[in-house]
Amino acid sequence: MIPATAIAPVTSIVRVKATPERAFRFFTENLGQWWPSNFSIGSSPMRDAILEAGTGGRWYEVGQDGSTCQWGEVLAWNPPDRLVLAWRITAEWQFDPNLLTEVHVSFRDLGNGETEVTLEHRGLENYGGAAAQMVGLFSSPGGWHAALARFAEDVAAA
Amino acid sequence: MTYDYGAIVALADPTRRAVFEMVAVRPRSVAELTRALPVSQSAVSQHLKVLREARLVRSDQVGTRNIYRLDPQGLDQMRKWLDGMWTEALASFATELEKSEEEGQ
Repeated sequence: MIPATAIAPVTSIVRVKATPERAFRFFTENLGQWWPSNFSIGSSPMRDAILEAGTGGRWYEVGQDGSTCQWGEVLAWNPPDRLVLAWRITAEWQFDPNLLTEVHVSFRDLGNGETEVTLEHRGLENYGGAAAQMVGLFSSPGGWHAALARFAEDVAAA
Repeated sequence: MTYDYGAIVALADPTRRAVFEMVAVRPRSVAELTRALPVSQSAVSQHLKVLREARLVRSDQVGTRNIYRLDPQGLDQMRKWLDGMWTEALASFATELEKSEEEGQ
């Protein structure tokens, strides 16, 4: 076992002109509308992204060929304040049911119909468990670095 | 965003990869690594130097010995990348939400 390296969560904050109720609903019900299609793990280009309401609901993408790729599931569902999602996507950009990282989303009412949405991606040290397999990832043509590099190019070109 | 391919090159050598794998399991000294591998101590040191320069491992001095362990920089890179992803995703969320508000959905 590799000792877990404590890694600070990744945090991102955005302010929206909508009530927390509306923001929560849009976040969950319209995932396919706002999720950047370049953040896709499927072999087929992404057509839609779905987040099933309620604890235990899955969140996944649907490819243009109809195939689905799961990302994780809902760990906590507390509209309109808070949503916790499991993000089980590895450094290789593959779904792995044994990997658990958590995406915490909170919706804070700022008044005047505005909401502050804070997203925290926690448990990144769990990627450390994959470090033992790093050799394999680094040395395979479709490995982590290659996948990320390709991904970065797509992002830059978008 | 750019990625450092030095890490891949550094692991292309099978002996070097063995050194890295052993350090990944737990932190070790040069002497320990040498005992477990069929190469000389100077060869192990040379491999460690390459791995260190690729930022795959780092060393901490404990007494008179250098103990080698994984460099968490690889994970930092992952973190930076996720940071960029979530920032872009939330920005898109805000844009689409406000667009739909204007449309009176």
